Amino acid sequence: MKYISEFRDHKLARKIALRISRIARSIDREIRLMEVCGTHALAILKFAIKELLPPNINLVSGPGCPVCVTPNQYIDKACIYMQRGFLVTTFGDMMRVPGSQSSLVREKSRGGKVKIVYSPVDALRIAKSYPQEKVIFLGIGFETTAPTVAASILMAEEDGIKNFMVLCGHKLIPPAMKTLVENKRVRIDGFLCPGHVSAIIGSEAYEFLARDYNVPCVVTGFEPLDILQGINLLVSQIYRKEAIVENEYTRIVTQKGNLKAKDLMERVFKVSDSYWRGMGVIKSSGLSINEDYSRYDAQLHYPVEITSFKEKKGCRCGEVLQGLIEPRECMLFGDPCNPSNPFGPCMVSVEGVCNIYYRFGSDHKVEKLNARSN
Amino acid sequence: MCLAIPSKLISKEGTKGEIEIGNIKREVNLTLLPEVRIGDYVLVHAGFAISKVDEKDVQELLKLLSMADIDLGCGKI
Ligand code: SF4
Repeated sequence: MKYISEFRDHKLARKIALRISRIARSIDREIRLMEVCGTHALAILKFAIKELLPPNINLVSGPGCPVCVTPNQYIDKACIYMQRGFLVTTFGDMMRVPGSQSSLVREKSRGGKVKIVYSPVDALRIAKSYPQEKVIFLGIGFETTAPTVAASILMAEEDGIKNFMVLCGHKLIPPAMKTLVENKRVRIDGFLCPGHVSAIIGSEAYEFLARDYNVPCVVTGFEPLDILQGINLLVSQIYRKEAIVENEYTRIVTQKGNLKAKDLMERVFKVSDSYWRGMGVIKSSGLSINEDYSRYDAQLHYPVEITSFKEKKGCRCGEVLQGLIEPRECMLFGDPCNPSNPFGPCMVSVEGVCNIYYRFGSDHKVEKLNARSN
Repeated sequence: MCLAIPSKLISKEGTKGEIEIGNIKREVNLTLLPEVRIGDYVLVHAGFAISKVDEKDVQELLKLLSMADIDLGCGKI
């Protein structure tokens, strides 16, 4: 496939890996690099990138799975809307995420109305086709998804669709990265910045991290050569004792990002504080619908207050999302928590680190093999 | 949610377009990328084209990576 196979060349991968090893050897200490994005985590495990790296480079996963950082209260609210007869539309990943008591899939089995959509535009279409229904779209996701939802709200306005609303839970990545570097428990020597979020916000959005926190940042694509070159650029910066923002993914990401998308986001949303699973409330890290478009704000028109919520006992998603532990350090990993019996969102979503480790983590597979031979 | 595979834009009418990945055709919304042209490769997220692949940058990166040694200012290590 075009623009894919070129970036999977074994020989080149080995060459870059060799160079990384040489630099890492002369740095001579543990180097912790965080891949912020779930799609990067997936590619790293799927292509066994870790096996190409020297032992002192440790890749840790971050909070870049939108479903995973969405707190239980949000899912609880969505369930209540279903109980009250609203037609909920959502990306498929949200269906099986356990909330405090229930999940969308459980509400569906109790007669609630829910439809999986691939795009917010599909949700809009559903609203148009079922004018008698009150349709709520679950707006979760980062800067990559938020403009698509903004565009859909503007389309709803243009087409005069009145039964379409959004439960806005969008989050912004740079403030979460800031919180992570300020957290003494999470030690990060460099960031592999999320490719597609960056396509919207541009590589310039990370400049404060390099300048104010002295953390090297590299925007990287998702193919093996991209990731290896991203790591190569990061360790080279560390070797040179430098912290700048570099862009490996120039074929997709520019310095300023997608101006049109940023403009639509600004028109429809305002920046607000937001609650992240495991990380708590992060200042100015979320988006809510602004006054001009408040008629599309589900929470404003049909307020639902969640006074108490609970996390599944023993689930350590909060720590996994901050790179504090690896999934296999969770006692529940694999048994009883696995993709068909998920305890936390990190095991549900295909971008969730636990799910990715369950499917591709070699240690886990080794464990399974051992179990079989016993 | 995110498709990391660039796909070819094969038709365009206003903000509506169609992309092709392998042999599959899919509708795509072009609101966020109005300047895109038929034949361009785009990255699609949640049904919207969000960025266009820059061919020149693809070639430059591949050239850089295939050079005998990638000089990143670290000198001879
Ligand atoms: S393995 Fe399961 S229980 Fe443990 S952190 Fe991951 S999702 Fe939560």
